[in-house]
Amino acid sequence: MDLLTELTIFVLACFVGFEVISKVPNTLHTPLMSGTNAIHGIVILGGFIALATASDDTLGKVLAFIAIVFGTINVVGGFLVTDRMLEMFKQRPKPQRAIEPEVETEKP
Amino acid sequence: MTTPPLASFLQDEDFISACYIAAAILFIVGLRRLSHPSTARSGNLVAAVGMAIAIAATLLKEEITDYALIAAAVALGTLIGVPAARSVKMTAMPQMVALFNGVGGGAVALIAWVEFRDFQPTGPAGNQSQELVATDVMIFLMFSTIVGAISFWGSNIAFGKLQELISGKPIQVPGQQVVNGLILLAALAGAVYLVADGPVDNEPIFIAVLALASLLGMLMVLPIGGADMPVVISMLNAFTGLSAAAAGFTLDNTALIVAGTLVGASGTILTRLMSEAMNRSLGNVLFAGFGAPVAAAAAGDDGDKTHRSTTPDDVAIQLAYASKVVIVPGYGMAVAQAQHAVRELTDELEKRGVEVDFAIHPVAGRMPGHMNVLLAEADVSYDKLKEMDEINPEFPYTDVSLVIGANDVTNPAARSDESSPIYGMPILDVDKSQAVIVIKRSMNPGFAGIDNALYYEENTSMLFSDAKSGVASILSEVKELG
Repeated sequence: MDLLTELTIFVLACFVGFEVISKVPNTLHTPLMSGTNAIHGIVILGGFIALATASDDTLGKVLAFIAIVFGTINVVGGFLVTDRMLEMFKQRPKPQRAIEPEVETEKP
Repeated sequence: MTTPPLASFLQDEDFISACYIAAAILFIVGLRRLSHPSTARSGNLVAAVGMAIAIAATLLKEEITDYALIAAAVALGTLIGVPAARSVKMTAMPQMVALFNGVGGGAVALIAWVEFRDFQPTGPAGNQSQELVATDVMIFLMFSTIVGAISFWGSNIAFGKLQELISGKPIQVPGQQVVNGLILLAALAGAVYLVADGPVDNEPIFIAVLALASLLGMLMVLPIGGADMPVVISMLNAFTGLSAAAAGFTLDNTALIVAGTLVGASGTILTRLMSEAMNRSLGNVLFAGFGAPVAAAAAGDDGDKTHRSTTPDDVAIQLAYASKVVIVPGYGMAVAQAQHAVRELTDELEKRGVEVDFAIHPVAGRMPGHMNVLLAEADVSYDKLKEMDEINPEFPYTDVSLVIGANDVTNPAARSDESSPIYGMPILDVDKSQAVIVIKRSMNPGFAGIDNALYYEENTSMLFSDAKSGVASILSEVKELG
């Protein structure tokens, strides 16, 4: 893919990233940080590709192997920790949630 | 083509790209849902599904053949990551996030290194013909190397500080910023040289750049006080995202570009929101070495100030006969795991007809949202948690403010004392309530190393105890009142 197409994707993704989370209650800052943290675990894909490029370069293979281990820790650990944090926000039986009616209506 | 039709369809680059588009959509939807309390958990799940799709699609790529080694690496990473994520205590979440962020940055730097080695003519894959590596590829490669290494080592130092393996106090050496600047310049010079001269036979220089960036990552975070660590972790999180995007450019992989950029952009916004909540610029956080000069200044005028201490039974009476109580939780509550005791006390007081609210400062604890998570864990109803702007006008009508392990966020010096380093930081106006009770282990200054003027106010009394046993003894005294 040519550089300009990739730059276009980059710029558009920047805007989406800014827009999508510009209104977040303080409460969710930590879980959100942790969630985005899990998403950059996408580097694990880079690890797969690097392992393929290393083919018969032994040191390269070792480095790519470590990169995949790191990427896995990032992905798996990141999503699990975020889930544990958010588990705490589970709906309680008490129906007194008048504070955020707009959220209620958004539920599918 | 001798491959069967299904395999050739699955390995088709267009099919893989389509999967990446699906993953990108799921990441964006996931992030959006993560921004609302009631949908947040499903948002995380949606993003995880996106990740699974992206990973599966990549494994289909034709060039990826070494499945045994990949399976071994993934198994090893899972064995390390899952128990760590499962067993970490809620109070240790911030450092866990730092650690997971760090390994991501480390992975990016390592991938860059592998790619760099691949460009060597002596290297594998018959790259002799590719001695001219495109300039833009080299620029992105060096960017991901430097930023990835900074993120890895910076996050590790942040982890060490929060885990108290390294002193949480700002560690400062004179002229440190000059040294950091020089290291950065040297790393950049090396990177520019590599971009200009090409990668061939220049691996020693690449390793030198990697080492310099690693050193810079450590030195950058070392002088930052523990109170500012959340902002730093958030910034490093954005860094890792950007470096992952740069790796996507070098590897020609759109999934990496999209996901990395999303994290880079949203991480930058989060970082800004967090430093705004503390009324400080990011530059101030990074370069000011918060707290260090102030502790000395505050020590000077300690002599003429006195504080009152109180006992659990007194506190119990004050609380039980109040009509409105506001509880201000802070890091002390988190450390002592006092949230369940606090919830029991709340229940007991409410049974007696006392109105109890919680005042949540945006940066209470060591992470925004830290208190909400802990109190939610203890089943404190969500609508009792009031944010700063909502609760501040209510303090004048509050009989008792109960400060549990919070310090700097209640310091009235932030409003009145222009010489205070936290001057201008929005605080909870607890000093405006009729009475203030502070549960704290000692008079030692808090995380930012600043003396708290609140403790010397006439309406303030101190209950010296750790948060959990302090609240527990108040609770039993309240129960005894019958």
